[in-house]
Amino acid sequence: MIETFHIESLAHVSPAWPVIIAGLVAALISHNHVRKALALLAPILALLLWFNPTTTGTFGLIEFGGFTLETFRYDNLSRIWSLVFIIAAFINGLYGLHEKDRLADVMGLIYSGAGLGAVFAGDLLTLFFFWELTAISSVFLIWGSRNNASYKAGLRYLGIHILSGVLLLAGAVIRASETGSWAFDGSLSIDTIGGFLIFIAFGIKCAFPFLHNWLQDAYPKATITGAVVLSAFTTKLAVYALARGYAGTEILIYIGAVMTAFPVFFAVVENDLRKVLSYSLNNQLGFMVVGIGVGTELALNGAAAHAFVHIIYKALLFMSMGAVLHRVGTVKGSELGGLFKSMPATTFFCLIGAASISAFPLFSGFVAKALTLAAVAQEHHTLVWLVLVFASAGVLEHSGIKIPYFAFFAHDKGLRVREAPVNMLMAMGLAALLCVYLGIHYGVLYELVPYPEAALYYEPYTFDHIVGQMQLLLAAMFAFTVLVRFKLYPEEKRSVNVDFDWIYRRFLDGAARWAWQMIDRLNAAVGNVVSSVQFRMGGKAFEIFSPGGQLSRDIPSGVLAIWTSALLAVVLLIAYLAP
Amino acid sequence: MDFLVNLLPSGLAHHAPALVIVIPLVAAAVAALMPNGRLGWIVAMVTASLVAFFSLVVLGLVLSDGLISYHMGGWEPPYGIELRVDALNAVVLALVGVMGLLCVIFALPSVGDEIEEGKQALFYSAFLVALAGLLGVTITGDAFNVFVFLEISSISTYTIIAMGAGKDRRALTASYNYLILGTIGATFFVIGVGFLYMATGSLNMADIGQILQEQGYNRVTQAAFAFIVVGLGLKAAMFPLHVWLPNAYAFAPNFVTAFLASTATKVAFYALIRFLFSVFHPDVAFVELSFTWVFAAVGVIAMMVASSQAIFQTDARRLLAYSSVAQVGYMMLGLGMGTAAGLSAGILHLINHAIMKGALFMALGAFALHFGVRQIRDLNGLGRTMPASAGAFTIAGLSLVGVPLTIGFTSKWYLITAALERGWWWAVAALIISSLMALAYVARMLSAIWMESPPEHHGAKPAARHAFYMVLVPMGILAFANLYFFFHADVLVGLAEAAANAVTGGH
Repeated sequence: MIETFHIESLAHVSPAWPVIIAGLVAALISHNHVRKALALLAPILALLLWFNPTTTGTFGLIEFGGFTLETFRYDNLSRIWSLVFIIAAFINGLYGLHEKDRLADVMGLIYSGAGLGAVFAGDLLTLFFFWELTAISSVFLIWGSRNNASYKAGLRYLGIHILSGVLLLAGAVIRASETGSWAFDGSLSIDTIGGFLIFIAFGIKCAFPFLHNWLQDAYPKATITGAVVLSAFTTKLAVYALARGYAGTEILIYIGAVMTAFPVFFAVVENDLRKVLSYSLNNQLGFMVVGIGVGTELALNGAAAHAFVHIIYKALLFMSMGAVLHRVGTVKGSELGGLFKSMPATTFFCLIGAASISAFPLFSGFVAKALTLAAVAQEHHTLVWLVLVFASAGVLEHSGIKIPYFAFFAHDKGLRVREAPVNMLMAMGLAALLCVYLGIHYGVLYELVPYPEAALYYEPYTFDHIVGQMQLLLAAMFAFTVLVRFKLYPEEKRSVNVDFDWIYRRFLDGAARWAWQMIDRLNAAVGNVVSSVQFRMGGKAFEIFSPGGQLSRDIPSGVLAIWTSALLAVVLLIAYLAP
Repeated sequence: MDFLVNLLPSGLAHHAPALVIVIPLVAAAVAALMPNGRLGWIVAMVTASLVAFFSLVVLGLVLSDGLISYHMGGWEPPYGIELRVDALNAVVLALVGVMGLLCVIFALPSVGDEIEEGKQALFYSAFLVALAGLLGVTITGDAFNVFVFLEISSISTYTIIAMGAGKDRRALTASYNYLILGTIGATFFVIGVGFLYMATGSLNMADIGQILQEQGYNRVTQAAFAFIVVGLGLKAAMFPLHVWLPNAYAFAPNFVTAFLASTATKVAFYALIRFLFSVFHPDVAFVELSFTWVFAAVGVIAMMVASSQAIFQTDARRLLAYSSVAQVGYMMLGLGMGTAAGLSAGILHLINHAIMKGALFMALGAFALHFGVRQIRDLNGLGRTMPASAGAFTIAGLSLVGVPLTIGFTSKWYLITAALERGWWWAVAALIISSLMALAYVARMLSAIWMESPPEHHGAKPAARHAFYMVLVPMGILAFANLYFFFHADVLVGLAEAAANAVTGGH
C-alpha cells in the first residue's frame, strides 16, 4: 500500500516544505477557517511526502553559493523523528482549531516545518538554517500570551537560542576549515574545538543541566497551544542532533543521568502544573540522552522510541493542562481540584498520558523506557541504572500522580466549568489512542526504530519486567497516597500509616526538602558571588565605558593631539624596527 | 554593468571623471545664491542626482574597460594632475554618489526642521562642497590633490556639523574639536606627502609608487609612511584617534550624521588603502609589519572598546557613533590581514556598513523629526507610533549585529573566512565577541522600540504617525538593500573583490 503511491517527481521534496509554505501562505490569509484547514492539511501533505521515498538516501540537493545543501536525508534515524514530528504537527493543528490568532497559526506551522527541515538536514549549514528558524518562529508562540512576563521570557529564550545557533555555526565553520567537511553525521567529536562548540550548541537546546533554565522559564509562559507545540519540537530536535552526531559519547551518559534526577526535586515542590511538566520534560530528555551516550544499537533504539512516544504523551499532558487553563484560567495546583466532575473526558485523557509517562505496562512509555534501561544494564552502568530507576519513581510522583491528582481530584474547590472544546478533546483523544496503541502493538514502534533488527529480538512484556515495574510504581503510588491522606485527613491517620508516613514525610520528604533548600541556598550563594562579581565588573566597566566614564569623557583637544603624536611614535617605531 | 557604460555618448562619458567633481563644486556656488532653502535643496538634489549618475557611469566604464586615466587640462602625468580610477576607487566613488543622493532626498524634511530658514541655502552649498571634496579625494591620482580635497571636504564638514547648534549648542564644541583634530590629521598627512615629494620628486601616486619600487625605501619614506598613516587614520576614525567622531555624529544635524556616517570615514579609509597598496607596497617589510601590529591590533581593540562604550551610551546617535568606530575596527582588521581575501572582506564591510548606518541614522532622523527623539529612552514604544520607520531601523539594526538574512552577516562571514584562511583564531574570537556586544547594544534600542509602551501624555497615547515620503523612500531603499544584497550577495561581493584585486593583484 505504501509503495503504490510513490511519486517520482516529488522524490526530492522534503516534507518540511509543505508545512513551511503553508505557514507562509497562512500569513497572507485573514480568513480563520482557511488557515485552520492549512494547519491540518499541511501535516497530511508532509506525511504523504514522508511515505514517498522508496529507498534511504539523500535527496533535495540545493546548490547555493558554492555549498551543496542537503535538505532531505531520508534514513533510519531521520525517519522515526520526522514521522513523530508530523504527527505532533497534526495534533497541534487539531488542538488549536478553536483559536483565532493568525500569528500563532503562522508561527506554529513555520516552527513545525523548521523542526522537520532540521531533522532532514544532511549538512551543518542546512541544519543551522533550520535551527535558527525554529528559534525565531517559536519565540512568537511564547510572546503570543501577550503579557509582560511572556515578552521578557521570550526575549531570554530567543537570546539563548540564537546563542546556540551562533555556537553551532562557529563550530561548523571551525570544523570545516580543519577538515573541509560540512557533514552532519557521526564524524563529529567533542575532542575537537569545532565539535565541542557544536556539542554545546546542541546541549543548550537539549537543556543540559545548567543550560536548562530557558525551558522552565519560557514554556509555562507560552500560550495554551504554544506550549503543546513547543514541548514537541525544540528539545527533541536537539536529542536527534545528539543521536546523529554524538552517539556513544560517554559523557552524555552522566549528563543524562543528572538530567533525569535533579528536576525531580524541583517538580515535586512546584505549584504551577505546566512548570511541573516542564521539569518532567527535562527528566524525560535525560533518559534519551543516556541512551545516546550508551550508543549501542539497543540504546539508540531506546532513545528514538522514547522520543517518539514521549512527544505524544508529553503533548497529551500539556494539552490536558492547556484545556484546564483554557476553562479555569489557571493551572496552579493550589487553586485546582475536583475538576473530574466537570471535565471527565479531559481527566480520562490526562490519566492515560500520566500512565504513559509513568511507564505503566500496556502504555507506550513502558515499551520505550524498557529499551533504554535494558541497554544501560547491558553495558553494566549500574550506578546510572539506579539513578534512572529512582528517576522513574520520581516521574510517577510528579507527572503521573501529582498532575492529575491536583488538577482533577484532590480537594474539590467547587470549580464548575464546561468540558474542553471538542477539537481539544479530539486532539487529546488521538494522542491518547496512540499512547495505548503503541503500548500494546509495540511491534509497530520497534519496526520504526533506527536498528529494527536489534529491537525485534527484544521482548518488553516479560514476567520480571512487568513485576519489577509494577513494584516500583505501586510502591511510589502507595507512598503518595499515604502522604496525601495524612496531609488532608490528619485525624483519620492510622498508627501504621503514621509510622510509614513518618518515614516518608519526615525522612524522604525531609530529604527532598533539605535537598531543595540546599540547592536553593547553593544557588543563592553562587548567585551572590556571581552577582557581586558582575556588579563589581559591571561597575568597573561602567566607570570606564559609560558616557561619563574615563574613556568617553570629553577630553581637551590638546590631550588628543598628544595621543595622535603617541600613535605616530608607535608607527614610526614599528617602521624603524622592521627588518 | 554594461548598461551603465552605454548611458552616455562616449564623448561625454570620457569626461565623466572630471564632471563628478566639477558639477558639485559649481553647483555649490549656485546653491549659495538661492534665496530660500527649498530652491537650495533643488540645486543639491539635481547635483546629487547627476553625481550619482556620473559616478555609476564611471563604475561601469572601469568594470568594462579597466583603469581610467584622465588628464586634467591635457597635462601629461606625472607633471599634470591625473584623475586615476581603478575598480577600488570606482566602487567608493559610486558608494559616495549613491549614498549622497539618498541622503539629499532625506534632507528636505530633516534640514527644513533643523536648520533655520535663512541659512538653509548656505547649508546646502556647504554640503555640496563637502561632497565635492569627498569625491575629489576618491578620484584623484595626485597625492597633494588628496590633501587639497581632504581639506575642502573637512572645512565644509566642520561648518555643517556646527549648524546643528540650532538644536543643541554642544554642536559648536563638537565641531571645534573636530576642527582641531582634523587639522592635525591633515597636517600630518601633508607632512607625509612632503617627505614623499622630497624622497621621490613626484606627487603622482602611481609615479611615486614606481619610483619607490625602483630606488628602494629609506628613513624619509618610513617617516612619510608613519605621518600618512596617522593623518589618514585620524580622518577614518581609527582607534584611538576617533574621539572627534562620537560628539560630531551626536550633535550634528541628523542629515549630516547620516551623510557623514555613510561616506566620510569610508573615503578616508579608501585613501589609506590607496597609500598602503599603490604608493607604498604591501610586501615592503615595514608596511607588512604595520598591517599586523598597527591595523589589525588597533582594529581589534576598537572592536572591543568602542563596542563596550556603545553598550553604555544613553544618546541614541552617540551609541551608533561608537558602533561606527567599532565597525571601522572591522575594516581595519580586514585590511590588517594583508591578504586579498581580508582586504576584500574589509571593503565589503565598508560598503555594507554605509548601507546599514545610512538606514539607521535616517530612521533616527525620522524619529527626531516627529517626536524629537535623541535619547534611547525616548525610543520607547516607537514600534507602535512609527511602525514603518521602526521596521527599517530594526532591519538595519539586525544587520549591524550580523544576523543571517542581512548583509551584516555576509560581510562578517567573509571577514571570519578571511581570518581563518590567515589562521588568526583570535581575530575570529574577537569578531564573535564584538558581534555579541553589538547584539547587546542593538537589543537595548530594539527592546525600547518594540517592548516598551509609548509615553502617555495626560493619559492619552500619541497617535501613530506616518513618516514623510521623502524620509521613507531613501530609508526604505536602504533597509531593503540590507536584505536584498544578502540574497544577491554576488553583486557587492563581486565589487569588493574587484576593488581588492585592483590593488593587490589578486594575492
